[in-house]
Amino acid sequence: MSANGVARPVREGLFTDTADTADTASTVDTGEAGQPRLLGSRCEACGRHTFPRSDTCPYCAAQGARPVELSGRGRLWTWTAVTTPPPGYGGDVPYGFGVVELPEGLRVVTRLTEADPARLSAGQPMRLVVTPVLADEGGPVVTYAFAPEDQP
Amino acid sequence: MNGVVVAGVGIHPFGRFEDRTITDMGVSAVRSALAEAGISKGGFQAAFCATAYGGVASGHKVLSRIGMTGMPIVDVEAGCASGGAALMLGAAAIHAGVYDTVLVFGVEKMPKGMIRSSFFEPWQEESGLAATPAYFALRAQRLMQDSGVTKDHLAKVVVKNRRHGVHNPNAMFRSEVDADAVLGSRVVCEPLHLWMLCTPNEGAAAAVLSRAGDGAGVRLRAAVLRSHLPGSVLNESTPMSGLVDDSVPAATTLAATAAYEEAGIGPEDLDVVECQDTDAARELLSYEELGLCKPGGAAALADEGATELGGRIPVNPSGGLLSKGEPLGASALGQVVTLVHQLRGEDGPTQVEGARVALAHTVGRGANASVVVLSS
Repeated sequence: MSANGVARPVREGLFTDTADTADTASTVDTGEAGQPRLLGSRCEACGRHTFPRSDTCPYCAAQGARPVELSGRGRLWTWTAVTTPPPGYGGDVPYGFGVVELPEGLRVVTRLTEADPARLSAGQPMRLVVTPVLADEGGPVVTYAFAPEDQP
Repeated sequence: MNGVVVAGVGIHPFGRFEDRTITDMGVSAVRSALAEAGISKGGFQAAFCATAYGGVASGHKVLSRIGMTGMPIVDVEAGCASGGAALMLGAAAIHAGVYDTVLVFGVEKMPKGMIRSSFFEPWQEESGLAATPAYFALRAQRLMQDSGVTKDHLAKVVVKNRRHGVHNPNAMFRSEVDADAVLGSRVVCEPLHLWMLCTPNEGAAAAVLSRAGDGAGVRLRAAVLRSHLPGSVLNESTPMSGLVDDSVPAATTLAATAAYEEAGIGPEDLDVVECQDTDAARELLSYEELGLCKPGGAAALADEGATELGGRIPVNPSGGLLSKGEPLGASALGQVVTLVHQLRGEDGPTQVEGARVALAHTVGRGANASVVVLSS
């Protein structure tokens, strides 16, 4: 990820940018091998998905939800831009901020790589990327974000 | 809940007060409410103190200062709805026959700037996801998609509330603004401009609740608190994910439905409303969630001028949080102070003629939503 080695994710277990593993296969095949994925869970009792991963379903309270990788592609549902650094954030502003709908029936709160709200629109196709938020003494720190499909 | 009256109210102005502690402000509001109710030491059997940032034993510090302790004193935190939660507990205890008279108050001295909330985890802060106004903006943007709300409607709410707030001696901002000035203030999070967001600040408010029959007073018809149901990604529980399903009722709707049932009224019976206007879009959304209009009808209700003083259902005659600022623990009880004045016919230039039924609404992180119904 970086010149000096490994990038540290803001938290383990939120996302991966490596290939699928057998026990956490996506429930939706979007043909995105090698792309980053959010790590969610799917309730075995009610079938609903959640992110971040939780052993207990927030909707039906059943335990033993199955870990899954979520689709890396979705559509923009609502958006804004953050212009002032919020508490505890050491990266650059402005940055995009929004909600993306995934094919699993899930809406996810996320950073957006596009910081100009005028360049975003409802229903716009988006894809998951891993993005740096800052560098600390251990190297770059990364988190998840969605980028417009039509941007590199 | 027809057996509870508000026997007295008191308020310390909302604003910034470098020379006063949170305890000083609480003492001021509590003394006023006790005096109105004609109560002295020993006159109440329990106290509930609402605060989100006050710290350990905020309520005890206020009541120790005025030499009134020995009874149960409980601090209550429910985000922006903290005061509503305290009111619910006090009213329920009287209703259950546990106490005859209860003191409910709220105190707050908020940090300045964008609020750091212990609600968020370190990874959320580090990712830039602890941006509270951005969540308001996401909701505002959806309201613009779903309800035909425009930036002009958002500005209109600010202009209305600031116009009302001119007359409120307890408000932080007491000058009128026009729509051009609102839309000319800097964009904090598109579509929300600076003046469309309320200012976190300081203040205190108090109410004495008594069993009806012990004295005159405005009747407390319902005091309901509800938490959220999971589903909406934009509800005030601030989840990181939600469902593609807009049928899950909001916490405010849950609280309002229960409050109308408890009070035996409907939204059409209301004469005056104080609602959560943390941001201008939140007020418009509250119109829909409280049933003041149909879902999707907020823009039309604002266009009609129905929620202005002189309109069909005036909202935020106090100037709302956009004029008063928001001291979390005190804000819900500040609404109750205004509405009690309204129902007594004592609200001065902002009095709604003949107001007999009033509703106060707060909603905030948790999620917690509070709906209070009062009548003369």
